[in-house]
Amino acid sequence: MLWRNIVVFKKTWLTNMTFYFVEPLLYLSAMGLGLGAFIGEIDGTSYIQYIAPGIIASSAMWAAASESTYGSFVKMHFQKIYHAMVAAPLYIEEVVAGEILYAVFKAVIYGSIILLVITAFGLVASPWALLTPLVLVLAGFAFALLGMIWTGLVPKIDSFSFFFTLIITPMFLFSGVFFPIEGLPGFVQVAAWFLPLYHAVVLLRSLVFGNVDVFLLVHAAALVLIIILLYPYPQRLMRKRLGI
Amino acid sequence: MPDPIVIAKQLTKNYGSLQAVKGIDFNIYPGQCFGILGPNGAGKTTTVAMLYCFLPLTGGKLEVLGMDAKSQQRQIKQRLGIVPQDNNLDQELTVLENLVIYASYFEIKKKDAEKKALELLSFFNIMEKKDVDVEFLSGGMKRRLALARGLINTPDMLILDEPTTGLDPEARHMIWQHLRLLKQQGLTIVLTTHYLDEASHLCDHLFIIDQGEIIERGSPLTLVERHIGKYVLEVELPEEKQELVLTELAAEIYGHQLLGSTLFLYMRDENQALINRLQEYPFISYQLQRPANLEDVFLKLTGKGLLGHE
Repeated sequence: MLWRNIVVFKKTWLTNMTFYFVEPLLYLSAMGLGLGAFIGEIDGTSYIQYIAPGIIASSAMWAAASESTYGSFVKMHFQKIYHAMVAAPLYIEEVVAGEILYAVFKAVIYGSIILLVITAFGLVASPWALLTPLVLVLAGFAFALLGMIWTGLVPKIDSFSFFFTLIITPMFLFSGVFFPIEGLPGFVQVAAWFLPLYHAVVLLRSLVFGNVDVFLLVHAAALVLIIILLYPYPQRLMRKRLGI
Repeated sequence: MPDPIVIAKQLTKNYGSLQAVKGIDFNIYPGQCFGILGPNGAGKTTTVAMLYCFLPLTGGKLEVLGMDAKSQQRQIKQRLGIVPQDNNLDQELTVLENLVIYASYFEIKKKDAEKKALELLSFFNIMEKKDVDVEFLSGGMKRRLALARGLINTPDMLILDEPTTGLDPEARHMIWQHLRLLKQQGLTIVLTTHYLDEASHLCDHLFIIDQGEIIERGSPLTLVERHIGKYVLEVELPEEKQELVLTELAAEIYGHQLLGSTLFLYMRDENQALINRLQEYPFISYQLQRPANLEDVFLKLTGKGLLGHE
C-alpha cells in the first residue's frame, strides 16, 4: 500500500506540494507579519518567529489528517482499492498500516519543507531543530490514526467536514500555535494536554529555539501514549466496515 | 475424475439475520469452467467472495486448492486470480503500473512482474495502452486489464464475478474468446453470471442458485434436456384461452410454463403438426419455435425470468 501511494505521489507531488505548502506560508506571512506588527514580541521573540514552529506542526497535522480521511476514503469507497488489495494476499490490517505510514510520510515531508523555508527566512535559532522530523513522525502517527478512525466510522465523504470542524480546527486554534495557551482559562490548559498538536507545538518550538530540557520528554511521552491508545482502533473499525 | 480443487460442504453465510447462502454443497474439478448462475441478490457474489477468502464463512466447510479457507487464507489467495464485479483498478496508475503494483502484493519481483505484465497485455491486446492512465480506458479494455491483473500471479484458478456485466456485445465476445483460450490452456475458471447465454457459451458445469439455495446443477446441455427437451414454442395468447389450449395439447407437449400472456410449450422434437394446429386458433397473435436454452430451465425452475423484469 505504501509503495502504491508513493508511486502515485511521485506523479502528483507538484500540485500536492504547492497546495500544502502555500497555505502554511500564507498563515505564516499574514499572521506573522500582519498581526505580528501589532503584537511585537512574545516570550522575547518576534511574533513571526514565535508562530513558525507551530506552523510546522500544524501543516504536518493537516497533511496527515487529510490524507487519512479524504485520501483514504476515496481509495476505499470510490476506487475500491482496499477491496482489490484484500482479495490479493494482503490482510486489511496491512492495508491500513500502509495508509497510516503514507500519511506519516506526508506529514514528515510537508513539515520538513516548512522547516527548510523558515530556516531560509532565518527563523530557526538552534541546531536542535534537526530533530524536527522525529517529532513529525510522532505527530503524523497521532493525526493519521485519528483520521483513520474517523474514516472507519463515517458513512459518507461529507461527514469529514465534522472531523475538521470539531477536531482539527479547534486543535489548530487552541494548541498554542498562535499564542501561548498559558493566557487561556485553566481548564483549556488542562484540555490541551489531550491534544496531540499541543505537544507537537511545544516540542517543535523548544527545538527550534534551542530551549531543550528534560521536561520535553514528557511531551514526547504524551504523544507516544496517544498513539498507543489509538493504535488498535483503525484496523478493527476498517475490518468491521468492510464486513470481513 | 481427478480430485476436486474446491470442496464446499454446508457452506453458509449470514449478514446479521439475513441468510445469504444457506448451506450449499459443491465441488469444482481442475480444468473445469464452473458457472454460478442466479438472479441479482441470489448469493452468487457472496459465494465466490468466500471462495477467494474475502468474506469469512458463517458456517460449513470450505477447502480451496487443498487448503482450509478458514485458516490458510493468505496461502489460498496467493494461488488464486480474482476479477471482481467492479473492476476496482487503480484509477491513478497507468495500465502497466496497475499490473506491476498488484504483482507486488504477491511479492513477485519487479523484474518478473514487468515481464509477465507485458505478456498479459499482449495476450489481451492492450499493449498499445500500457502507459495510459486507467481512467481513460473504455469499459471493455478495463475489463481486459482486470483479467490480466487476475492472471499476474499465474494462478491455479481464476475467479470471475460477472465478467461481462455492463459491456457491449462486441466487448463481451472478446472477453469470451479470451476465457475460452485460457480454458484450453487448462486453467480452472469459476464465474458467476446472470446471463444465461454466457453460461451456455462457457461453462462445462454449473449450478443455479436462488435465494441462497442451489436449485439445480449439471452441464448446460443436460439441464436443458432434462427439464425442457429440444425445442420451445413461444405462444402469445389471451389468458382466458390458455387452459383450453393446454388441455387440447396435453398429449403433444413435454411441459409448459406461463409467464403473463406468453405460454412456453416444451417439445422433445420439432413438431410441425403442432405448429400447424396452433395456426388454426384465431386468438393466437404470435408464435415462434426455437431451440430450448438455459433460460427456459431457469424459468421453469423459478417461475420467473433471470433478470427479474420479464
